[in-house]
Amino acid sequence: MIPTMLPTGIAPPLIFIIGALLIPFLKGRLKSAVMLSIPVLTFIILVHIPEGKHWVFSILDYDLILGRVDRLSRIFGYIFTIIAFISIIFALKVDDNVQHVSGLIYAGATLGVTLAGDFFSLYIFWEIMAVASTFLILARKTEKSHTAAFRYILVHLFGGLLLLAGIILYYQQCGTLEFDYIGLEGIASYLIFAGIALNAAIPPLHPWLKDAYPEATVTGAVFLSAFTTKSAVYVMARTFPGAELLIYLGAMMTALPIFYAVLENDIRRVLSYSLMNQVGFMMCGIGIGTQLAINGTVSHAFCHILYKALLFMAAGSVLHMTGKIRCTDLGGLYKTMPLTCIFCMVGSASISAFPFFSGFISKSMIVSAAAHDKLTLIWLILQFASAGVVDHAGIKVPYFMFFGHDSGIRTKEPPLNMLIAMGITACFCIFIGIFPKPLYNILPFPVDYVPYTTAHVVGQLQLLMFGALAFCLLILSGNYPSEIRAINLDTDWFYRKGSRLIYVLADQGLNGINRICDNLFARNLSGLLGRFSRKASTMMMLGFLAPVKFFTRDHKFSPSHMEKHLEAIFESGTVPLGFSVALAAIFLTGVMIVLY
Amino acid sequence: MKKELTIFDKPKNVKKLLFVFYAALAALLIADFFIPKHADFPWEAQTNFFAVYGFISYVGLIYVSKLLRPFLKKKENYYEDN
Repeated sequence: MIPTMLPTGIAPPLIFIIGALLIPFLKGRLKSAVMLSIPVLTFIILVHIPEGKHWVFSILDYDLILGRVDRLSRIFGYIFTIIAFISIIFALKVDDNVQHVSGLIYAGATLGVTLAGDFFSLYIFWEIMAVASTFLILARKTEKSHTAAFRYILVHLFGGLLLLAGIILYYQQCGTLEFDYIGLEGIASYLIFAGIALNAAIPPLHPWLKDAYPEATVTGAVFLSAFTTKSAVYVMARTFPGAELLIYLGAMMTALPIFYAVLENDIRRVLSYSLMNQVGFMMCGIGIGTQLAINGTVSHAFCHILYKALLFMAAGSVLHMTGKIRCTDLGGLYKTMPLTCIFCMVGSASISAFPFFSGFISKSMIVSAAAHDKLTLIWLILQFASAGVVDHAGIKVPYFMFFGHDSGIRTKEPPLNMLIAMGITACFCIFIGIFPKPLYNILPFPVDYVPYTTAHVVGQLQLLMFGALAFCLLILSGNYPSEIRAINLDTDWFYRKGSRLIYVLADQGLNGINRICDNLFARNLSGLLGRFSRKASTMMMLGFLAPVKFFTRDHKFSPSHMEKHLEAIFESGTVPLGFSVALAAIFLTGVMIVLY
Repeated sequence: MKKELTIFDKPKNVKKLLFVFYAALAALLIADFFIPKHADFPWEAQTNFFAVYGFISYVGLIYVSKLLRPFLKKKENYYEDN
C-alpha cells in the first residue's frame, strides 16, 4: 500500500472542486480553457496512479482514504472523467456560472464517491453530489423545475439518511470505516443497500429520476444522466456483488420502466425511464456476480454513460433550438437538423445493442452470464427488455423527434460546441462497437467473451429488426398507441398526493390540539389565575376579619361592605400599614410553623 | 439558410427504404438455417427463435402498455395545486 500524497498529485475530486470555485472569477476563453483542462488533468493522474490507497488523510482517529485505486474504481474514474469532459464541451456556451460550478462540483463529488476507500469520505461526497445536482435542476428557473428540485433534494436527503444509518451501524459492528465487500447480512447492510438503491433508482425508490431529470436544464440533464445512477452502480458492484436479491430487482427494473416509456410524451422523460431500464441490466449483472457478469456490468456502465449522454444531448439540442420536447409537438426535424438526427440515431443504435455499436459488446455479456448460470426466467426477461428498448429508445425517440409527422418547425443545427460534443460521443460509441478490445482490456476481470460470433450477430439482428417490423405493422394498422398530452401516474403518487393527506391530517390534528389548548390554558385558565390573584388578598383579609363581624353589629363590617372596601384599598394600593403588618406577621408565623 | 432535406417526403424513397428493410428481414430468416449455433438454452438453437421472440416481445409490450394507459393517464396539471 502506498499511503502518500507525494508525486501522485492532488486527489481528483479536489481538482474538480477547487477548479469549480475558480470559475466565477474567470471569463471567456480563459474560463473555457480552465473548465476543459480539469478533466484532462484528472485523466492523466488516473492513468498514472498505481493501485493502492492514496491521498490518505488522518483526522482524529479516522483515516480518510480519498484514493482507493484498483481495476474497478479506475475504469469508473476514467468514464466519469471522459463524460465530464464531453459534458463541459456541450455546456461551454451556457451563460450561467451556477450551472458550471455545480456541474463541476457534481462531477468531482462523483469521482470522490468512486475513489473513496472509507465510508466517511463516501458519505460526504454522496451528499455533495445530491446538493450540487439539485442546482442543475433549479437552474432551469421554471415553476415546475423549482418544485421538482425540491422533491429531488428531499428524496436524496432521505436516501442519504438511510445510508448514514447503515454506515453508523456498520462502524459499530466492524470498528472501522473502511469498506470493500459487505454482503446482505444484518440491518446495517440492508440500510446501506437501501441508500445505494435509491441513488440507483431501483423501484419503488425510482420516481425522483423521471420527475427531476426532464425538468433540468438542457445541459444539466447531460451531467445528471451520467453520475448519480452510475456511481451507485459502482458502489453496489463493490459492496454487494453476488447478492441474489439484486438479480430479481434488476430483472424487474429492466422490464417495468419500458411500459411507461411507451406511454410518455416528454422525450426526456422517455429517456429517464430508459435509463432505469439500462441500470436494471447492470443491477442484474451485479447480482449474478460471476466474473463475466461483473465485466458485463462495468462495460455496460461505460458504454451506457456515453450513449445515454448522447441521447440526452440530442434531445437537449432539440429543446434548445425549438423550445419543445414533447412528441406531440415535434417531428420532421431531420430536414433542418440532419447532423443531430444522425447523432441521435447512433445513440439509439447503441442503446439497442445493434451490431457494430457499443451496446452490442457490453449488454450481451450480462445476458450471456445469465444464460451460463441457467437463470431461465431472468434471461427471458432480459431479452424481452432488450427488444423493448428498440421501441422507446431505438425507434420512438428518433422517430417522433426527427421523422414522423412534420410539425412544421424549421430551425438550425445547435451551436458548434454541442455538435462537437455529440460527435465525439458518437465516435466513441461506434469505435467501441467495432473495436471492443481496448475497453475489454481495462475491465476488472480478464475477458474471454467473444461478442462477434455469427450466431450472436444474426440472433441480435433478428431480435431488433423483427421488433422494428412489429413497430411498422402496428403503425400502419393504426394500433400503435398515439402520443397524447398527458402524464402517467407512478409510485411518486404516494408522496405527492399522499403528502397532501399528511398535510390535512397535521392541520386538523395538530392545529386542533392547538386550538383546544389555547382555549383551555391561554384564555380560561390564565383568566382564572388573574382573577384569583386580584381577589386573593381581599379574600384572605376577609377571612381573618370575619371574627370581627361577630363582635360588632356595625354595618360597616358586613361582608359585602368589607369586600368592597378591601377590594378598593388593595386595588389602589392604599392598604393601611396595620393590615400589611398583620399579613406579614401571619405569613411569617406560618413559615416558622412549617419549618420547625 | 441551409437547404432543407426532403428525402422522406417522397413516397418513392419511403418505398425503397421499406423494400430494403423487408429484404433484410428475409435475409435474416434464411441466414438462420446456415449459421452454427452454440446455444446455452435448448430453445435458443430453435430456428429463428430471436425473430419470433423479438416480434412477440414488442407486440406484447405495446399491448400491455395500451392496457395500462387508462389507469395511469392523467391530465398534465394533475399534480399542480389548485
